[in-house]
Amino acid sequence: MLTDLPSLVNYVFAPLVKIALVIAGMMTAAAYFVLLERWMAAWVQDRKGPNRVGMPLTKLKLFGLGQPLADGVKFITKEEYTPAHVDKPLFIIAPISILAAALAVFAVVPFGDVLPPISQIPGLDQSPIPLIVAPGVDVGMVYIFALSSIAVYGVILGGWASNNKYSFLGGLRSSAQLIAYEIPLGLGILGVVLMTGSLRLDNIINDQANSGIWNCFLQPLGLFVFVIAAFAEAARLPFDLPEAEQELIGGYHTEYAGLKLLLFLVAEFLHMITASFLIVILFFGGWHFWGITGDATAPITWLQAILRIAVFSAKIFGVILFFMMVRWSWPRFRFDQLMALAWKVLLPLGLVNLVAVAVMVEYQEPLVARFGSGVYWLFGLGGWVVLIAAWMIAALVSPSHDDNRPRRPQEFDIEAELYRMFQNKSV
Amino acid sequence: MKSDDPQVKWIEEPQLGLAGRMYLPLFVQGLSVTTRHLFSRKVTVSFPEERPEIGNPLIYRGVHRLNKDEQGRVKCVACFLCATACPAHCIDIIGVESPWPDREKYPQSFSIDELRCIFCGMCEEACPVDAIELTSLFDLTGRSREEMIFDKEKLLSVYDQTKDAEPMKSKAMGGTAT
Repeated sequence: MLTDLPSLVNYVFAPLVKIALVIAGMMTAAAYFVLLERWMAAWVQDRKGPNRVGMPLTKLKLFGLGQPLADGVKFITKEEYTPAHVDKPLFIIAPISILAAALAVFAVVPFGDVLPPISQIPGLDQSPIPLIVAPGVDVGMVYIFALSSIAVYGVILGGWASNNKYSFLGGLRSSAQLIAYEIPLGLGILGVVLMTGSLRLDNIINDQANSGIWNCFLQPLGLFVFVIAAFAEAARLPFDLPEAEQELIGGYHTEYAGLKLLLFLVAEFLHMITASFLIVILFFGGWHFWGITGDATAPITWLQAILRIAVFSAKIFGVILFFMMVRWSWPRFRFDQLMALAWKVLLPLGLVNLVAVAVMVEYQEPLVARFGSGVYWLFGLGGWVVLIAAWMIAALVSPSHDDNRPRRPQEFDIEAELYRMFQNKSV
Repeated sequence: MKSDDPQVKWIEEPQLGLAGRMYLPLFVQGLSVTTRHLFSRKVTVSFPEERPEIGNPLIYRGVHRLNKDEQGRVKCVACFLCATACPAHCIDIIGVESPWPDREKYPQSFSIDELRCIFCGMCEEACPVDAIELTSLFDLTGRSREEMIFDKEKLLSVYDQTKDAEPMKSKAMGGTAT
């Protein structure tokens, strides 16, 4: 099958190039996002941040852009200390599995729309080149979901194999948190999938681009549920309980050092980047922007292809900036509040959103046929009404705070207590 | 004190309102604070290139100096009050008979162990003739412990170095000494 040139290019060469680009790009991006995170942390705290490390062997400072390189060299050349009390095989497998799962997610995540066909090489397939490593995977969303669940294994294996109570508590917390928040995350996705009728991420983007209405306008409640759950899945503040350093030292990676720690840290950043990709793809129209990115159905030009990639990247960058701002804006949740938020607030809200979307999808066609596309304004308004009403009810019924302040102790009357016990027993 | 002590006053906090329960107003509040700080003026400086601004050099407690009088002589009269006041015992004075008629003694040697000093400024307070003062120099470094024991010449040179920027505190702050 793989004997002729076109199929060789299509099935071997192109995927390899894409994989190389994705892995190199993601690793570099993660490294530079670490620098950005440190800058944001510094700026929010009125500091200047890392601005010293520049080009090696020169005096150029370049605003500290050499910092990721220095950090990488530091991590690699550091002593990779493995404590004697750990379960060695699991200790090594844990960071590898978490990073492998985090990277494998990007197989089905689009990085833009398509590139125009390269017609200079004769005998090649003349269709546009999709900017996905594995184009046409119909279960893309399920695949991402499955792989992001594997992150739990990495975390709990790391916590267990470390043979350390803090690591273990971190691993336990993390597994409980990730499993709890997968349900609202799935409900958030389900609304979008119901709307689009496809699990393919590129179809979801194309659907939004064709109609020009991003999903965030039609189902804002889904967006809220998904964003909050995505923060928890990425273990970012205010949900960073797995590694709450004031309580658990480093959480599940307390015992790790050197390269293995680097794998964990990179995987954490990749989770955040994946979450940003998904938020943009599912709710903010992917590469689409009105008036800039052109008609989604027309043949694509190079200018448009590049513009689409740029728009997509800009949106993702914005979401990541939001992630980093939130980190310094909010204190961490207490663990019972975290669980209450997942099960008592986000799960019902996700269900409400699903019902609202189902109603919208059911009445979409007849209403559009009768009243024209102005109905979408009504749907958008309805979405926001649902959001505000559901949020308010959730806030009133199960507030995410509970009062655990000390109370004035009640008078303890031994005779009355005994009398009550006696009465109960006789009944 | 036990919790059922009648002396204990129990305070009931008011219940959270709707805005507090909905959490989003708090979110916006937090985000606006961080956004404001993101673009605000930074308080740190790039140290060796930029020097931090010292609020009032006259009351800053940095490296010591030994003041000179108008004739260029050391003002110290070797009364040992600073060494007595020093809680870290870092001042070492050898006082001998003064060659000048206006005072009985002067320090033949005067050394301060800057590594031992806690920069409390009590020597400055104790000095009756305002001979020892703390300057606003803060980044003193050295390659050995011996180097950080400042002798009389070194302390007088600190005076020469800082006398223009920082006038003698006695005059500026309405002190008694001339």
